Amino acid sequence: MEYEAVIGLETHVQLNTKSKMWCGCANAYGAAPNTQVCPVCLGLPGVLPVPNEEALRKTILTGYLLNCEIPRFAKFDRKNYFYPDAPKNYQLTQYDKPSTANGFVEFEFQGGLSRVRITRAHLEEDVGKSFHFDRNSGVDFNRAGVPLMEIVSEPDITSADMAYEYLNALKDILLYGGVSDCDMEKGMVRCDVNVSVRPVGSTGLGAKIEIKNMNSFSGVRRALEYEIPRQIEVVKKGGKLIQSTRRWDDTTGITEEMRTKEHAHDYRYFPEPDMMPLAPTEEWLADVRKLVVELPLARKQRFIREYALPAADAETFKNDVALGNYFEPLAKQSANPKALANWVINNLRAKLTETNEREKTEQAELGIEPADLQLTTLADLKFPPAALLELVALVEAKTISSAAAQQVFAEMYATGQAPAAIVQEKGLAQVSDTGAIEKLCDEAIAASPGPVADYRAGKAAALNALKGYVMKLSKGKANPALAGDILERKLKA
Amino acid sequence: MAATDIDVKYVAHLARIGLTPDEEATMSARLAGILGYIEKLKELDVTGVEPTAHAVPMVNVLRPDVVCPSLPHEAALANAPAQANGLFLVPKIVE
Amino acid sequence: MPNALSLNQLSISELTGRLARREISAREITQACLDQIARVDGTVHAFISHNPADALAQADAADRELAAGVTIAQKPLLGIPIAIKDVLAVKDHPLNCGSKILGKFVSPYDATVIEKMRAAGAVIFGRLNMDEFAMGSSTETSAFGITRNPWDPARIPGGSSGGSAAAVAADEAIATLGTDTGGSIRQPAALCGCVGLKPTYGRVSRYGLTAFASSLDQIGPFTKNIEDSARVLGVISGLDPKDSTSVDVPVPDYVAALDGNIRGLKLGVPKEYLIGGLDPEVKASVDAAIQQYLALGAEIVDISLPHTDYAVATYYIVATAEASANLARFDGIRYGQRVDGADPLELYTRTRGAGFGAEVKRRIILGTYVLSSGYYDAYYLRAQKVRTLIRNDFLAAFKQVDAIITPTTPTAAFKIGEKSGDPLQMYLSDIFTISCNLAGISGISLPCGFTTNPKLPIGLQLLGQPFGEATLLKLAHAYEQSTPWHREKPGTLA
Ligand SMILES: [Zn+2]
Repeated sequence: MEYEAVIGLETHVQLNTKSKMWCGCANAYGAAPNTQVCPVCLGLPGVLPVPNEEALRKTILTGYLLNCEIPRFAKFDRKNYFYPDAPKNYQLTQYDKPSTANGFVEFEFQGGLSRVRITRAHLEEDVGKSFHFDRNSGVDFNRAGVPLMEIVSEPDITSADMAYEYLNALKDILLYGGVSDCDMEKGMVRCDVNVSVRPVGSTGLGAKIEIKNMNSFSGVRRALEYEIPRQIEVVKKGGKLIQSTRRWDDTTGITEEMRTKEHAHDYRYFPEPDMMPLAPTEEWLADVRKLVVELPLARKQRFIREYALPAADAETFKNDVALGNYFEPLAKQSANPKALANWVINNLRAKLTETNEREKTEQAELGIEPADLQLTTLADLKFPPAALLELVALVEAKTISSAAAQQVFAEMYATGQAPAAIVQEKGLAQVSDTGAIEKLCDEAIAASPGPVADYRAGKAAALNALKGYVMKLSKGKANPALAGDILERKLKA
Repeated sequence: MAATDIDVKYVAHLARIGLTPDEEATMSARLAGILGYIEKLKELDVTGVEPTAHAVPMVNVLRPDVVCPSLPHEAALANAPAQANGLFLVPKIVE
Repeated sequence: MPNALSLNQLSISELTGRLARREISAREITQACLDQIARVDGTVHAFISHNPADALAQADAADRELAAGVTIAQKPLLGIPIAIKDVLAVKDHPLNCGSKILGKFVSPYDATVIEKMRAAGAVIFGRLNMDEFAMGSSTETSAFGITRNPWDPARIPGGSSGGSAAAVAADEAIATLGTDTGGSIRQPAALCGCVGLKPTYGRVSRYGLTAFASSLDQIGPFTKNIEDSARVLGVISGLDPKDSTSVDVPVPDYVAALDGNIRGLKLGVPKEYLIGGLDPEVKASVDAAIQQYLALGAEIVDISLPHTDYAVATYYIVATAEASANLARFDGIRYGQRVDGADPLELYTRTRGAGFGAEVKRRIILGTYVLSSGYYDAYYLRAQKVRTLIRNDFLAAFKQVDAIITPTTPTAAFKIGEKSGDPLQMYLSDIFTISCNLAGISGISLPCGFTTNPKLPIGLQLLGQPFGEATLLKLAHAYEQSTPWHREKPGTLA
């Protein structure tokens, strides 16, 4: 019998608000332990939570981006469980009345489009962070009370790779919406994975096994690559899987059982009496809808369609939003957006990366912390975006050769000088004067007896060496196509 | 289910309250009496009645996303039963 | 001066007048209270602790402000010593909630009511005894010993704010703050013969009040008379951005409302409050009060609150469920008295097993049970629905009447130990006060007479519309001014 996996994901995402969910402590990563805490987020006696409007706004915006319904009534509940990193020993979350529900995510997978339904995206709070020592543990509550959004998918995922692509698509959407910084290194995105197996063709669900607290997408993929065959193996051998929670060990690459259903928690959910329910008004929702952005996939498809870009280039602009945003207004004015994209991706981005690498090294030597690095961005470029358009036009008009264009670009990147001025100043205009090129061709033929002999012996490729010689003699200014024609004519004569 | 069926040991575990066997026995008896009394709510027909979670119902009570000063570090840890390196120390967390 | 009252026996109104005229100093008032504590608190034990030096320093600061020309209009409580129930957070003061579990906890912040009272110039002092985590009706569950009723030290002062009531009755403070979840202000006020006001839910910020039952708790004043109650309420009321459940209703001038004119106001007498356990002397006093209101020009209307009989059961589900979560934070991790264990689970069970008293454990376990898997609908959800019915009873009644008049308690103060063995009997003694919290309305208790032998205070309860405190105070004031009860003082305490 063939088996298939049924996978659902619960993805926890820290929202990038300025302050925490219930108090005014800063929501910022990396501070010294217990320096971003107050009576509220330490759960001292007598404190009360007041929900952060921006966190709610970002949750609703996420709902819109995930094609969710926005219920007109939502509320917070207490989820009761004791854990040293939970300051109140209950977590405030949205249990049966979440702020968003019933959406979906669409993404490219295996050459087609896949859709995973979203059960809900609800708002809750993060807990503190524990550090483990030999004999005890220590807790830092800086993270406690950071707004956390939990995005729950339906069990529509069927493979480790699909889970991986879903997570990446989700992350892109959240980044696009500006709701989270999604920095995996900083633990801003964490996943619980629910996975079961069943015979292909059956519609029932097997015993649900949860793998808790994964903090990388590749970890999720690897865990599933281990867990799915493990479950199939158990079932094939006639064993029985029971509902349980497992832990993924990234070093050994295996999952281990943590607890079974009999030891499941009894969370005793009940409506939070310290906070009022949420009933977003039409007006408030309309303001949130103004924040809705184009989804990554839609953007990629549109770039392919409107600018005739190869998929790879459109993918680059999807992933590098700033670069895409730099490109798009220029593309609208360009006669050849495809060539423009090539310049933006292969020259501009490469140059910027090179600059940034140099800046990082220099600033690191000065002892500047990684978080405080001052790096050049697209907004800091010395030349105006229109200069790039001008450069591409010069190449298109064959005014300069592509080799010369590289020089022009290097110069305008360094100085901000206009391309035409650089061409003029450096005398880089392409020579299309037949008489002048003929002379150079004669010179090249005279100086290169070897290639000439090769060409005449039938090696057509030898022409390139001669063409290169002509270009060198012309300091890159000769029109290469014209030079080729003339050489050919002369050699065949 | 009869109200006297309360499993005090289990519920005390959920509430993380250690009880001596004596306490457990007294607790069972007392709770049985109270739960017996509470049963009277079942006399009422509450079909169609909305639950009251708040005595003065309001909606959308929110705060603006503004950062305010946190506690000074020493004040944050001043009441800690055990601390080291700025952390609240606890027995080793195993899960 | 024979028969002259000493400063600690005077009301806020009297003291602020004399302060304004510079006849006395704030230091003298505070000192008088401290002297009285030294004299009687060995018997009464209203205070868990107090810091005389800190209180006097605040009084001196008030004197400096008075000397600099700050007026009572600017700071209505300037120089008035007000003591605080041990459930409210006062910066740099201990906070124990009458429990062992908080250990040496010192609050790093002020409750909003404390901030407001500081801004009004009050001298904030002392930690007043209470039932542990406000769970009780006699102050016998405190981990810091029992408080005695100033009228008869063999009797309880009521609870949970027993210390707050006893301190005012024994003139150890000019006024105090307490909290009321099911009657914890009104009941001890009645049993100790002072004025206790429970404001409408949301009238006063709960920020800094260690929650027992979040949807029921309110902070309110204990005072020697109605005018003082109005003064303190005016200071502590109002919207607080730190409390999502505080309500944005303007704070009227409560003192100005005390014009004595209650002609035509309608008082409802609920038939369900004439229960079997009602003490005849209590009933007689309340009946006399009703006659007095008629004499003052009020109308008396018979009303019905049909779900009264379900209030205690509803309350013990709602309050314990909320408490089970509210008290989860007392775990020995971030603060409080830790009992170590091999792992966090053992630490929790030991800390909470050793730190909480029997009544608190009982209520946490009951609350945990009613929320646990499979029971939520039968208990908690049903109780919330019955709560709606109870609230609707009151809202319907308030379409007919301006306030409701009842006894505060079925009996006067009972003897220490008399009911502590039977929690259910103790719970049922709150029968008249509990509905008010479930409905979220306002309520006040004021003296309306005494039992004869022994002489113990009897309390009259008035229940008002949501945010109807001005009317409630006006009605209470008219009665108070026409009767002698509030001027009576307990006999000598040794
Ligand atoms: Zn905070």
